[in-house]
Amino acid sequence: MNWDWHYSGEILPDLLDGLRYTVIATLAGYVIAVVLGLVWTLLRRTPSRIFNQVIRWITEFIRSTPLIPQLYFVFFVLPAWGITIGSLTAGIITLGLHYSTYTAEVYRAGIADVPKGQWEACTALNLPKSRVWLDVILPQAIRRVIPTLGNYLIAMFKDSPMLLAINVSELLFSAYKVGAKTLQFLEPITIVGLLFVVVSVISSILVRRLERRYATI
Amino acid sequence: MPPSDTDEAGPGGVGDRPPSEIPGAPKAPAPGDGGSGSAPNVVTEKGVATQKGEVPGGEQAAELPRGTAPGIRFEKVVKRFGSNVVLRELDFTVAPGERVTLIGPSGSGKTTILRLLMTLEKLDGGLIWIGDETLWHRERGGKRVPADQKHLHEMRKQVGMVFQQFNLFPNMNVLHNLTEGPVRVLGLSKDEAVERARGLLDMVGLTDKENAHPTQLSGGQQQRVAIARALAMQPKVLLLDEVTSALDPELVVGVQDLLRDIARQSDLTLLCVTHEMGFAKDISNRVLMFDQGQIVEEGPPDQIFGEPSEQRTRDFLQAVLAS
Repeated sequence: MNWDWHYSGEILPDLLDGLRYTVIATLAGYVIAVVLGLVWTLLRRTPSRIFNQVIRWITEFIRSTPLIPQLYFVFFVLPAWGITIGSLTAGIITLGLHYSTYTAEVYRAGIADVPKGQWEACTALNLPKSRVWLDVILPQAIRRVIPTLGNYLIAMFKDSPMLLAINVSELLFSAYKVGAKTLQFLEPITIVGLLFVVVSVISSILVRRLERRYATI
Repeated sequence: MPPSDTDEAGPGGVGDRPPSEIPGAPKAPAPGDGGSGSAPNVVTEKGVATQKGEVPGGEQAAELPRGTAPGIRFEKVVKRFGSNVVLRELDFTVAPGERVTLIGPSGSGKTTILRLLMTLEKLDGGLIWIGDETLWHRERGGKRVPADQKHLHEMRKQVGMVFQQFNLFPNMNVLHNLTEGPVRVLGLSKDEAVERARGLLDMVGLTDKENAHPTQLSGGQQQRVAIARALAMQPKVLLLDEVTSALDPELVVGVQDLLRDIARQSDLTLLCVTHEMGFAKDISNRVLMFDQGQIVEEGPPDQIFGEPSEQRTRDFLQAVLAS
């Protein structure tokens, strides 16, 4: 089995096209995860204990079930109830929703890490609740968790091939398609691996840079 | 009404001074400063402090709260932590404008008293009066009911607190730390708040640090900013909770001098918890000695520190001096 350079060059555009979808799905899903995670966390801190528990169990449920059944549910089950969404959109939403339950935990830890004295200073200054959160607690909490949130971007990127389960033509799916056509899988699958490594390494470097920047508060 | 309005308005006011001024250096009064104006001026009234203070005083007295400080009264106050009763039907009164130091062994309930006044702890029983209003209760239909958030918010406006650990907001620079409350709570415009903040920074000797972040400051500087932050809200009651305990020894004196001058130049009602007996002597009119949530002995500082009548006070003072 020999590496076919000519074939590699031929399939590269298709694979890069797949990579484009992978990156789009990851980034869009990440935006959802980062925003929705914060929403979950804040919803869990309302005065109503029952409501907080409900939110807790919803997020617990989403976090404890695998991504692929969730993708199937959104893509194949929801249409039965009249909700039909395209595969890429369904993939983005599901990926974002799934990971939002992880980022929620990250935010929760970040908020818990803000020293008690900060809350007390807010009380002593008589700041209204909204200002306590927006001006004091969240800026400090989010700063603390930026490196961890960055790691979830990489984790999502590596989980994105699961989107092929609902026919999103992301990187691995494109590789599968070109491979199936020619029955030559060595080159496409290897290139997929290389592309993942390249993007992951670049992201890691960026995350580490963030870490350094925010490590010193 | 904030007297700062009269004193800072002119050009060349506090905010315009060069940031390079060294704290403690003698200051030329800026033109337009209100020292000689018709505004009520504490400097003339209680001028002692300004002459001996190495801490910038004098013309900055303008920002200090003056006028009607409320008294404080604890009426059968109970506070428990779990099964541990910290305050057991405690009664005591602080007169308007009085400066009281609370001393006593740790766990005797001194800090709890301050925290109850700042609403950082919930009251379990009794009443706390600030002026002629109850802090933890409000009137409804002739009955006294537990206070809601709105009532607490109103009552807290009169009270300010300086913490042992400073508790500055690390995500804001010094100036922002000082303007946050006045803008968000008192509704001052950004410019007014900045002007007030600069005046206070000048008073605490940190004019050149307004853009620094708290982590870039020494403990003493952070505590000065925290003091300025509390004063920016123009409280009538100021609570000092072991404010020099977390400082390196060489920084303690500067902060104490600053507070002493503030205490003397303002009409704040002051409650101070401290282990520094010299500072207590300096800052207060009256000392309350606590043990196990009860007042063991009280009196003017000279009496308590000079010739305490209770054995428990003597033991405590001896232990503190020995440490």
